[in-house]
Amino acid sequence: MDRYQAMFERLRESGQGAFVPFVMIGDPSLEDSLEIIEALITGGADALELGIPFSDPIADGPTIQKAAIRALDNQVRPRDCFALLTRVRDRHPDIPIGLLLYSNLVLSPGIDKFYRQAAKAGVDSILVADVPIRESAPFRQAARDHGMHQILIAPPNASEQTMASIGEFSSGYTYLLGRAGVTGTETAASMPAGELIDRLKAVGAAPPILGFGISKPEQVKSAIQAGAAGAIAGSATVKIIEQHLHDKPMMLTRLAEFVAGMKSATVYS
Amino acid sequence: MSKHLPTKFGEYGGMYVPELLIPALDQLEQAFMDAQQDESFQQEFIGLLKDYAGRPTPLTKTRNLVSNPKVTLYLKREDLLHGGAHKTNQVLGQALLTKRMGKTEVIAETGAGQHGVATALACALLGLKARIYMGAKDVERQAPNVFRMRLMGAEVIPVNAGSGTLKDAVNEALRDWSASYDKAHYLLGTAAGPHPFPTIVREFHRMIGEETKQQILEKEGRLPDAVVACVGGGSNAIGMFADFIDEPSVQLIGVEPAGKGLHTHEHGAAIAKGTKGILHGAYSYIMQTQDGQIEESYSVSAGLDYPAVGPQHAYLHDIGRATYESVTDEEALNAFQLLARKEGIIPALESSHALAHALNMADGAEEQMLIVVNLSGRGDKDLTHVHQILNGETQRG
Ligand SMILES: Cc1ncc(COP(=O)(O)O)c(C=O)c1O
Repeated sequence: MDRYQAMFERLRESGQGAFVPFVMIGDPSLEDSLEIIEALITGGADALELGIPFSDPIADGPTIQKAAIRALDNQVRPRDCFALLTRVRDRHPDIPIGLLLYSNLVLSPGIDKFYRQAAKAGVDSILVADVPIRESAPFRQAARDHGMHQILIAPPNASEQTMASIGEFSSGYTYLLGRAGVTGTETAASMPAGELIDRLKAVGAAPPILGFGISKPEQVKSAIQAGAAGAIAGSATVKIIEQHLHDKPMMLTRLAEFVAGMKSATVYS
Repeated sequence: MSKHLPTKFGEYGGMYVPELLIPALDQLEQAFMDAQQDESFQQEFIGLLKDYAGRPTPLTKTRNLVSNPKVTLYLKREDLLHGGAHKTNQVLGQALLTKRMGKTEVIAETGAGQHGVATALACALLGLKARIYMGAKDVERQAPNVFRMRLMGAEVIPVNAGSGTLKDAVNEALRDWSASYDKAHYLLGTAAGPHPFPTIVREFHRMIGEETKQQILEKEGRLPDAVVACVGGGSNAIGMFADFIDEPSVQLIGVEPAGKGLHTHEHGAAIAKGTKGILHGAYSYIMQTQDGQIEESYSVSAGLDYPAVGPQHAYLHDIGRATYESVTDEEALNAFQLLARKEGIIPALESSHALAHALNMADGAEEQMLIVVNLSGRGDKDLTHVHQILNGETQRG
């Protein structure tokens, strides 16, 4: 069964939303990434959102930019990321894994080849940060061809037309933007996103997960209360890595604690 | 939305930006289409170009520069435009669009500082608030332009990320815009980036070629054999080319920066040495690693130091309508000095690339040849930098 669908069903039955942490693969190194991902799962992550580092991440604020630079400085390449994803998938056959990256990394080997590699590594979904719905057709096609989901973004300023396309094409989950701008905890998500969630439900979109500017359990809680199926925290997670670069045991402990705290806020009250 | 403009040139171009920016790009496209039909907008634009910026710019026949008697070489004098480069043309157009959209702030990126200066002057004139991102390395090598921008009231924000040049400044401008599009217009400075920028920038620069055509017909009674322009992102070149694209007898030649040589990694020749990919919202030729990471470009001239090229140039290259050549730092520096000595004109280092190639063409010409070089800007901003290079005080670049 589809891993996202299975996750959403399991969570619904137990009265919870999803908590999904994001980290950059290879930050600060590939071996560390494996342990970091284990810590996230130990902490209670329902799904993973993982980045492949890119040189020019225009949708990212300073925290995730720095994560990409750390990985690239360690010569982390897309093929290393796929190798790591394969290892994660071997250990965790059921957890949904999403990739988040930029279009030129996909175009470089060719869209079809990239998606084939991702599928083979056990990836469930791909979100290409600089491919809007309007340019998404060949990417969606490749996702379908290889049994994955192309994740679409629902921005707060979405036009009726964009909403309709999300209703028609979204699959897996819908990445609901909590606010304008780039990734980062400097600006908090603006709550409630309730109106946008209602619009998504009305068009029959895939379950919305709220991201951008999420760093606190209270935000997760209000996202779930507003009707989101879950919440994603990227910069807040990456920040913990950045703060403990020289003390890995502490980094892993803090990551697991952070995820556990965020996860506990996903229970419907 | 009623009608859209074409978003691609063949397979090139497109709108590869975060979903969040799509409404802002659509709004811009609509405002541009409306303005093109609006007599009062056109009158205001043309009025500013004429009475504020100094159009039409002259077409100057060189007297001493070319030794080959078969060759006649003209310079289209965008260096005489207010602001010191062609950039002012399209900036005035986009600044008027900003007001038309009811926005009060302008974001811009700049490399050489010429686009920043043009943005600062237009914003001062039209009462807009400007913030300009500039790579930290460029802030250093184009110091006089930083002071000019600040004098005219713009905020200049140095960007330390990446290579600290134009590409990083564009990244930062896009990031800013994705949070500020309600109030701010991103006034992109070249014929690159996502649709509709390549089209808008071309249309707001096309008077360069239109005037050239009229002036050369008056002076020589015929069209030129070739028009030559330097290519960073491609705005001055597309402005010169646009009105000649349908004149098959006119060769269109773009000149990319070969830096320390195309055999090295230190150049900015995206068409000559790059491969297809996406940077800053457009599919085009870009400089990238085999994994698709963007490479850092290099040129002695900050305005050409960009690892991509506007999508219409990629298309004109592929269909064979335009030819793209390249010129090294060394050749450009020689042309820079030669024009100063022979004609009393100090060109921008960017424009010196176009000139250097035209001089190579002139040297080899065995038949009558009429060439126009787009002298896209003046060299005031480059004086300190070139002075240091000539004194051997600095590594080139
Ligand atoms: C004088 C001059 N010419 C040319 C350029 C290159 O830009 P484009 O290729 O858009 O004309 C610049 C850019 O800063 C410039 O200042």
